[in-house]
Amino acid sequence: MTDTQKNRLETGGRIDRRKAVTFTFNGRKLQGCRGDTIASALLANGVSTVNRSFKYHRPRGVMSAGVEETNALLSVYDGQGDVPVVRSTMRALIDDHRIKSPGGFPNVNFDLGRMLDFTHRLWTAGFYNKIFKWPGWHWYEGMVRRMAGLGHLPAGEDSNRYFHHNLHCDLLIVGAGPAGLAAALSTVDSGARVVLVEQDHETGGSLLGCGATIDSVDSDLWINQTMAAIEDKPNLTVMTSSTVSGYYDHNMLTITDRSTPGVKRFWKVRAGQVLLTTGAIEQPLVFENNDRPGIMLANAAMEYVNRYAVRPADAMVVATNNDSAYRVAFTLDDHGIEVPAVVDARKTVPDEPADEARRRGIPVMPGSVVLNTHGNRALTGVRIGKLAADGKSVTPEGVDITCQGLAVSGGFNPTCHLFSQARGKLSYDTELACFRSDHGLQKVTVAGAANGKFSLSGALNNGAKAGAEAATRAGYTCTPTAISTTETEGYNLEAMRITPCGDSSRQWVDYMHDVTVADIQLAVRENFVSVEHLKRHTTTGMSADQGKTSNLNALTLLAELTGRPVEEVGTTTFRPQFMPVPMGAIAGQRHGDHYAPARLLPAHKWHVRYGAVFEDYGPWKRPEYYAIDGRDRETAIREEAIAVRREAGLFDASPLGKIELKGPDAGEFLNRIFVNNALTLKTGRIRYGLMLNENGIVMDDGVFARLAEDHYLLSTTSANADHFTDWLERWHQCEWPDLELIISAVTSQWAVVTLAGPASRAILQELESDIDFSAGVLPHMSIATGTFLGAPARVQRVSFTGEMSFEINIPALYAERVMKAMMIAGGSAFHVEPIGAEALMVLRTEKGYLHVGGDTDGTTNPMDVGFAGIVARKQADFVGKRSLLRAEDQREDRRQYVGVEPLNPNEELEPGAHFITGPEQGGRSQGMVTSACFSPTLERSIGMGLLESGFQRKGETVKVYDDGRSFEVRITDPVFYDPAGEKMNA
Amino acid sequence: MLRIRCPWCGTRDEVEFNFGGESHITRPGLDADDALWSDYLFNKENPRGVHYEHWLHKYGCGRWFNIARDTLTHEIHAVYAMGDPKPELVEKIAGD
Repeated sequence: MTDTQKNRLETGGRIDRRKAVTFTFNGRKLQGCRGDTIASALLANGVSTVNRSFKYHRPRGVMSAGVEETNALLSVYDGQGDVPVVRSTMRALIDDHRIKSPGGFPNVNFDLGRMLDFTHRLWTAGFYNKIFKWPGWHWYEGMVRRMAGLGHLPAGEDSNRYFHHNLHCDLLIVGAGPAGLAAALSTVDSGARVVLVEQDHETGGSLLGCGATIDSVDSDLWINQTMAAIEDKPNLTVMTSSTVSGYYDHNMLTITDRSTPGVKRFWKVRAGQVLLTTGAIEQPLVFENNDRPGIMLANAAMEYVNRYAVRPADAMVVATNNDSAYRVAFTLDDHGIEVPAVVDARKTVPDEPADEARRRGIPVMPGSVVLNTHGNRALTGVRIGKLAADGKSVTPEGVDITCQGLAVSGGFNPTCHLFSQARGKLSYDTELACFRSDHGLQKVTVAGAANGKFSLSGALNNGAKAGAEAATRAGYTCTPTAISTTETEGYNLEAMRITPCGDSSRQWVDYMHDVTVADIQLAVRENFVSVEHLKRHTTTGMSADQGKTSNLNALTLLAELTGRPVEEVGTTTFRPQFMPVPMGAIAGQRHGDHYAPARLLPAHKWHVRYGAVFEDYGPWKRPEYYAIDGRDRETAIREEAIAVRREAGLFDASPLGKIELKGPDAGEFLNRIFVNNALTLKTGRIRYGLMLNENGIVMDDGVFARLAEDHYLLSTTSANADHFTDWLERWHQCEWPDLELIISAVTSQWAVVTLAGPASRAILQELESDIDFSAGVLPHMSIATGTFLGAPARVQRVSFTGEMSFEINIPALYAERVMKAMMIAGGSAFHVEPIGAEALMVLRTEKGYLHVGGDTDGTTNPMDVGFAGIVARKQADFVGKRSLLRAEDQREDRRQYVGVEPLNPNEELEPGAHFITGPEQGGRSQGMVTSACFSPTLERSIGMGLLESGFQRKGETVKVYDDGRSFEVRITDPVFYDPAGEKMNA
Repeated sequence: MLRIRCPWCGTRDEVEFNFGGESHITRPGLDADDALWSDYLFNKENPRGVHYEHWLHKYGCGRWFNIARDTLTHEIHAVYAMGDPKPELVEKIAGD
């Protein structure tokens, strides 16, 4: 034995005394053993105060040995930073663990924050809503946030690796305690695929080190035999260090698997049947100062003795309202721990435990409760009082007992969180005074202690039976394995958990958030009498506790205070997660470059060679501009734009959405989708049009080309391409399935290389092609098919720049070859520049072309952007047409699409700036600037916007307000460049 | 997280599908009055029990189809093709 472990028992336990583990706690060097949890090692070293409470900064010690821990939530250094809120009762101790108490300033043993405890009457339930009213919450927020919280997040990269996995099984058994093991044993040979999940690093649950006899052997041996019988079977998988924390629809459950160091696996399980053998959580007793270090759940005290060979205290009083704590008292006694008294709230104690206590010389005090406790950072004694005959008060005389520990048992509450997450209903069992699973909506069964079978034999047999039944429901033949035990413990609980006297503001109901009986009384006085309101007003049952140790007492109190039975008060619905899940586990591999796959242009490498600076445009990485010869962004954009106006620019438009529609009804279908008439379009010609949603709002614009009588090619904006294919499919499949056509998205099959500028035709004519590019054969808004540089090609004459422009569609593989050839062909006689997406936006702004989604918003209809004539001319119905007939859509003072010119040509115009009325009209916004740039062609600032009654206000001067600046602009036609279209149609 | 039986591909996880809202809505013609048109646009059934709705097997066959799903239990009572009439179901509603 090492000298620091002064509370380590000489013998027993499942720890390995030969394997010493060194660790530090708040800088102090301590030792533990292999097999310890952090909490058991701290207790073995005699550490009483491990943390400070959340609100009042009271000293707190380890109160449990498992998932229900609310005090010993510590910071553990994981090699990079302190990971906060580590449940030290569940984390195995490893060498060089650096453990810190997150609470306490300057330290956990002396905390200035304790001032809040001495002034606790000021900080009642919901105090922040009541006293931080003046001058305003924000005045206090910083201070409150600094004081609150459960630790700090580690900074820097996370060194853990996270993976997602999927798992399918016939039966998922959650919890490998006695019931879970019995269920696994019963189903292992049935042929069903069974998965047994345990959150501890070893199976056995409450059986570990408990010393019971099962099937004539010691329980630890029985666990080993059972594991040997199930572990290597191909149909059964055992997962340890794995917590089922979420239960979702259609029997999908999620597991956080910590079994590999440095790796966290997030499992998504689809289970045919689910068996919840999640056990039960012992409930604390409520009395004055029931939160002192040294007070712990009775079962936890026993587990520390049996499993970890830790002496929780030299003398430990046991307080209970049921038989189960007697076993705890006897275990303590067996290991030489003095039990000065068993304080039993029941008037008469059943003979069996009473006789055994008498035989051992342990005094039993029936009809008694704990009144108060003494001590500060460690318990020094308890005060016991006798209940009066009515059970509602206490006789005046009390007795003080010196002790360093107090084990409390308020009986058990089944762990039904997952059942409740699965939308199962819980109901109150008046005999057992706890909430039990009632009826579920999914394929789920609850067994063992989770089903109210708190005795060992009950849990084993119920588990075996429920397991066999679940496997049978999953379609396998299965009978329960018979398991015998000599344990004959009774329960005989009396629902007496709350001492009916004392200072209620010092009686804790929820340790996690420092909620006291007084807080619940206050909530009831303020009429927060529904469970959901009570929870939110007092914060009871929130945070890391999730009601595990606080709900039952809070609900019992609420029932008492409102004069209702507990079953009428009901319970809150539990939500995922049962235990905290690291965000990294939920993200899995989807972070960094894997967050969303980037789509690269077919000629990506070519762009890289040309110095492209890439930017994300939707999923695509596209050249924003080309940093040729190290020029900066502004220069590059201006020079690229000028190149297009002067001679030629080469733009990679490959992400352009390309959808083919083919079939006898393709034209009719498009006619129903577009605002424009699709049926009158001649083969070989192209038309620009708008698509609306049913509410008459502009969703996208695009061009459609008629390749043949029954064959159309639709081009949509890049960002909308995938969405639009779905949209077309939906109208076809759901609304007009009678129309005969096929819709096929071909966006990534075809690369699009656009050559724009006055020299573009001359350059193309240099290159090998059977397509006639002359104006007479291929005018603006027409399409030709043929070959281009040996590749099958479709050439569309459409323009987004206002210049003569050819969109060469070739199979994606040819993209780089075509771009290279164009640069060479142009290079001899002309100046051709590759242009990025930003220069293109400048050019289209000069031309006043609409950018749907930028220049339009969720209120813009086609009339607002100048399509009134087209809408009026088209007789046939199309998507959204009926909505355009509404009075609202016909109003003339709607926000309409206009051009904007600042009176000062150098004034910077920003999208989002508001058009405002003069002060006499209240400075009201009349719309906003939607696009803006400094035009290199016109050498002035220009833009577009949506302005109320804009069409009638051309020439008017309007005031624009932008982030503290205001200036005047002239409203114009949106087309600033080549309004007659001579250059485009050349 | 549902498991949905696509009529073409079999039972798959919900992540492969897109929800499309209520089925069996008749699209009014251009002669619809404002009340009928706004009812079509904005008013949807929100039953506690069986809901007839359409789904797209987006990351699968790309087909739309109908299901009858209990909004309380998420039990899927029927899967049927677009254009098929509502299946005759005994409207099962689980208790509280």
